[in-house]
Amino acid sequence: MENTKIGHHISERFNVELEDIRNKVLMMGGLVERQIELAIEAYTTGNMELAEQVIKQDNEVDELEIQIDHECTQILALRQPTAFDLRLLITVIKIIHEIERVGDKAERIAEMAIKLAGTENKLSHYELDHMAVLVKGMLHDALDAFARMTLDDVPAITALDINVDREYDSILRQLITRMMEDPRNITRTLDVLWTVRALERIGDHACYICEHIVYMIKGEDVRHLSQEELEKRVKFK
Amino acid sequence: MSEQLRTHAIDMSSVLRDKGNQNQYNETCITVKDLNLFYGGKQALHGINMEMSKKKVTAFIGPSGCGKSTLLRCINRMNDLVDSARIEGQILLDNENIYDKSVNVAALRRRVGMVFQKPNPFPKSIFENVAYGLRIQGINDKRILEETVEKSLRGAALWDEMKDRLNDNALGMSGGQQQRLVIARAIAIEPEVLLLDEPASALDPISTLKVEELINELKEKYTIVIVTHNMQQAARVSDYTAFMYMGELIEMSTTSELFTNPVKKQTEDYITGRYG
Repeated sequence: MENTKIGHHISERFNVELEDIRNKVLMMGGLVERQIELAIEAYTTGNMELAEQVIKQDNEVDELEIQIDHECTQILALRQPTAFDLRLLITVIKIIHEIERVGDKAERIAEMAIKLAGTENKLSHYELDHMAVLVKGMLHDALDAFARMTLDDVPAITALDINVDREYDSILRQLITRMMEDPRNITRTLDVLWTVRALERIGDHACYICEHIVYMIKGEDVRHLSQEELEKRVKFK
Repeated sequence: MSEQLRTHAIDMSSVLRDKGNQNQYNETCITVKDLNLFYGGKQALHGINMEMSKKKVTAFIGPSGCGKSTLLRCINRMNDLVDSARIEGQILLDNENIYDKSVNVAALRRRVGMVFQKPNPFPKSIFENVAYGLRIQGINDKRILEETVEKSLRGAALWDEMKDRLNDNALGMSGGQQQRLVIARAIAIEPEVLLLDEPASALDPISTLKVEELINELKEKYTIVIVTHNMQQAARVSDYTAFMYMGELIEMSTTSELFTNPVKKQTEDYITGRYG
């Protein structure tokens, strides 16, 4: 799929190179989304094969990260890009780092699925599922914003992070109560906590991706700003 | 609360930075006002308005034939030498219109030196090349000449290479050395402004870097205006960049802003190598 923001260079090869990088980022994103899905399924169903698959798939993600990084470096060195092209490459380098970290979180969930398999000490699936759906949606929409190169949905995505944090806090309280009820639960409850924590972090990474996209499109650095300020900057002009 | 504090801190620093810029650095040296230039019936510059700051480097970029060299040549009235050229509007150098009837063009060109694309040393010794400007002003005192030559060659980062060869013919120097010699010749008469028309386009990468380094040193003393086809060069040496297209000034801003986040689509298309 050709994107108008990427194309139209006098050098046709440059168009192809940028398009290739964009496609690889989306491929990497797709892989990681699938990883999260499988990891959650492994966790809730106790399916060990799925968990193993997630862990194995992380190598593919890592490889893609290295490959994209290399291609970006090549373009920076050989073509000395400017303006949008430069911001695109800087953004890609940062985004793939976020995506790779999300992959690590999915791997973490899969490891916990293996550790907690067969125990009764799991969280109610409903709560975990709900949080997983939320952060998966955020990541998907963030990658979609990158693919379409628009900021229309960005404020809505970052706004969801408050919901994720709220759910995380509520689950955390529940887990603390459980640990206080019976200290023998602590080890296993901590494992559950790591899982929930991993999901919460995925939400954060989705927000970081959104911030990088704002830089790519508008050339404005919106990291470390409040949600209101971010909305204002995105809508300005 | 901490969020608020942080945003506030960012705002303050940018305010302070802008203020610092205005007070210390951004004194205007050259102002171009509603400048139109015609070669015969053909209009080459369309209503140009811009300001160039003192002791800063301003670069003009744009495709061939966009008028950047024409505009540069207006600043020391080189276009007077073109019979068909007709100029409307004003160029103020330190608030004086250089196109005013009372202006002595020779005196203006002493204040506004120029270096061209191809190095053009005279077929004389290195010493005489640099001393030439003083000699035609009637200065023949050997001590003054020697001092000026050394100072200018040092200023052009050429003294250490050339101090034992001052009587050699300048045409025996390499292209990069010749270009720096020409710059030394230009600064010997202590101008206020240096106009550089593609000063490095005929040089190899190392000589180019030396000339760029020199530009960086020269801006402590002079206001520099440079025309270049090489955008990376403009990005490296200049503080401000003006993008011109078809005789019009499309966009001018700080170099870092123009190359990372240009406002106009035409600028973006040009610097990223796109067809509009």
